[in-house]
Amino acid sequence: MNICFHCGEPLRGSTLIARVEQRDEPVCCSGCQAVAELIAGTGLGDFYRYRDGSSVRPSEGTQTDKWRVYADPQFAAQFTQTAPGQTSVTLLIEGLRCSACSWLIDQVLRRHAGIHDVSVNAATGRASVIWDSTKLNLADVMRTIAQLGYVPHPVTDETVTRALRQERRDNLKRLAVAGFGMMQVMMFAVAVYSAQLANEVMEPSLLNYFRFVSLLVATPVMFYAGAPILLSAWNSLRSRSIGMDVPVSIALVLAYGASVWNTFNGAVGEVYFDSVTMFIFFLTLGRFVQMSVRQHTAGVTDALARQLPSIAHRIDADRIEDVPVTSLRVGDLIQVRRGEVLPADGQLLDTEAHIDEAMLTGESLPVRHQVGQRVVAGTINVDGPISIRITALGGDTALSHIVALMQRAQTYKPALARNADAAAGKFLGYVLIGAGLTCAAWLAINPAQAFAATLAVLVVACPCAFAIAMPAALAAATASLGRHGILLTDPDALESLAKVDHIVFDKTGTLTRGELHVSKCLSMGGLNDSRCLQIAALLERASEHPLARAFVPYLDQGTVDDLRTVAGRGVEGRIDGRLYRIGTPAFVAELRQEQQQSSSPAELIGSVIALGDEKRALAWFELTDSLRPAAASAVNQLRSLNIEPQILSGDAHGAVQAVAQQCGIAESFARRTAKEKLAHVLNLQKNGKRVAVIGDGVNDAPVLGAANVSIAMGRGAALAHASAGLVLVSDNLAALPEAVLLARRTLRIAKQNLLWAAIYNLGSIPLAALGFIPPWLAALGMSLSSVAVVLNSTRLLPRATRKTTPPAMTSAHLRETTA
Amino acid sequence: MSILFVLIPLSLALVVFAGWGFFWAVNTGQFDDLESPGWDALRDDAPPAEKPNLDG
Repeated sequence: MNICFHCGEPLRGSTLIARVEQRDEPVCCSGCQAVAELIAGTGLGDFYRYRDGSSVRPSEGTQTDKWRVYADPQFAAQFTQTAPGQTSVTLLIEGLRCSACSWLIDQVLRRHAGIHDVSVNAATGRASVIWDSTKLNLADVMRTIAQLGYVPHPVTDETVTRALRQERRDNLKRLAVAGFGMMQVMMFAVAVYSAQLANEVMEPSLLNYFRFVSLLVATPVMFYAGAPILLSAWNSLRSRSIGMDVPVSIALVLAYGASVWNTFNGAVGEVYFDSVTMFIFFLTLGRFVQMSVRQHTAGVTDALARQLPSIAHRIDADRIEDVPVTSLRVGDLIQVRRGEVLPADGQLLDTEAHIDEAMLTGESLPVRHQVGQRVVAGTINVDGPISIRITALGGDTALSHIVALMQRAQTYKPALARNADAAAGKFLGYVLIGAGLTCAAWLAINPAQAFAATLAVLVVACPCAFAIAMPAALAAATASLGRHGILLTDPDALESLAKVDHIVFDKTGTLTRGELHVSKCLSMGGLNDSRCLQIAALLERASEHPLARAFVPYLDQGTVDDLRTVAGRGVEGRIDGRLYRIGTPAFVAELRQEQQQSSSPAELIGSVIALGDEKRALAWFELTDSLRPAAASAVNQLRSLNIEPQILSGDAHGAVQAVAQQCGIAESFARRTAKEKLAHVLNLQKNGKRVAVIGDGVNDAPVLGAANVSIAMGRGAALAHASAGLVLVSDNLAALPEAVLLARRTLRIAKQNLLWAAIYNLGSIPLAALGFIPPWLAALGMSLSSVAVVLNSTRLLPRATRKTTPPAMTSAHLRETTA
Repeated sequence: MSILFVLIPLSLALVVFAGWGFFWAVNTGQFDDLESPGWDALRDDAPPAEKPNLDG
């Protein structure tokens, strides 16, 4: 086992051990060790049994005073609600992946004296905490969560989440009212119908009694549960269009109105309360299913807020002060320390810096910036502390620009939904005309039958089975996808995925792991490969440069003297009395006073690093990103499904070409900016292709938005999730072909559903118009057709093998089979 | 059949009570998160002898 017990990342030569439940488990860093031992030490070792997948790796050397600024009551006040003696806050928790995580946070917080209540919701990634403000402050709460390896963010705007929660609650209540009401009314209706069937005459007083009771029950169903339907019909009438709800509402109002009239006018006419309540129940059920599928997206709305820090270090005349980002002004000087995210756009002041701009440009290696150059918000400072003068804040920053680009791109989305609505509108127009004609014809032949027949046409023609056909199939498919480690965030995405014929991969972090390793070592100065690697590892040990991490596995005993790091160029150090340099070829060549730098061997691709001493060049290292385990097989399977794979990357040619070869992808495009990627995808679409894009960075967000279907990696940027239709939660590419197959199966089942609904509707309308179907039978038929559709959709549900594999195992299991 | 004049209002009263109970449950957030509370039950379980290793 060579991965960390806590975070699941490779050990990279670490020999650290964490003691968890009387067992020694290997961990990758002291951060993970501390967290694992903290979890075990508080008797919460159960966490490791119940979690899905691995936990978040705590950032090393976490700035202990990072949370101190939250102790300031004035600063904390903008996030918290205060009541006498207690304070509450809602925190968005980064890294909250599963229910076991939420359980852990809950447990650890509760052990703190002064915490009144904790509730952690794994679905939305939020925790609400209420504590005694005399004993604790916000900083203590956040520090406690951070100690577990999660990153808490105070939530500033809860309106979206609150609205989603309210919608879900309202829909549940409406469903309950409709369901209870339907059962009650049906009970009375069955009594009346059975009397009719037995050719017995019911006592008029009893019949009347039943009618009044039915009216009493049906009224809240009609005006509470049915309110959204009636309102939406009213709205679409006001905007002069015919929505699905218009004929439905007409039927409901007619049936309800006539029933009320007949109830008060004695036993002359029929009452239709049973049809009304059943109708509303099934419509509400359909809406509830639809809403549940849609709400899977909740929680990513705060994605952008998560991207930028809320605290900055402002450089004042005599000291450096931690201030909220909101209080910064253009022209302020701020300091950004190593590993921190830039809170604003600015000009680099004191020293050259290495900035990780992967999220903006897709470039996997940090970019060197000279003094005076512009750096942008949202990028990460990789080297030592830098000072910048702020040039743009908030909405003016380049990051906001990317978000705007993404929003614009999303309007390019094929309007499948709009087409379906238009078709339904036409159909419903015909239904209304048909109902009018039926009414007119019956008025001429037999006025007594006219109302019942018209009502039957309106009810029987309700495209309820139509309306439920897609959502039911989608709900089942969503459950099935979840078991493959895929989160469906946009219901349209599945339909598009089934029809996709091109798939465009981003390289870094998608086909590859996004971590560099030494793929080739060419030694030339008489030393063997392993010795060269050892020297390199020793020199790079102190370096925080991302390239340096590639050498960690080769680390062995030894000491380095006179270690000197030259930012952006390399490292120099003395081992066993000999002076070595590792870094850019030019930097290494300088040591041996060679102006003529030897060019790197042609067979090396990717990032090339040189090692040399005072006399000669010793070795060349080629660093490449390693391919994800399932990448090649997934690409092959996709091709056998008639989907053409492509690579579209911001990286250099050589690296992209290498990955393309390894996966067997013929078409690859390197060095593309976010705009060029967008243009490429739009161009493919212009040629009639249906394109899926799979990526992981914020830079991919615009192109994800424009694709017919967009897929984001689970560990990718939150903003990429926000614009993606599907999220590969387990980061397992093998799930991709499965998803395509499932999507196609879903579309097939949805088509069967639609066909069945069409046959039912078209067959029954003439019968209803001719007066063969009483309204109650129409409502029953309508409901049964919906039930048939739902039953057909359950075929998409995952097969029941659950007894042998507990759900918690799934994602870990997936990881295991591919690792 | 006059017993119906007693039983039906009684059943309606029960329905109203059940409906009220459901509304209360929804409003107090009982249906907001249907996943995490399921794990609470595991809190005090004795650890099983053989531990499945999830990260193997």
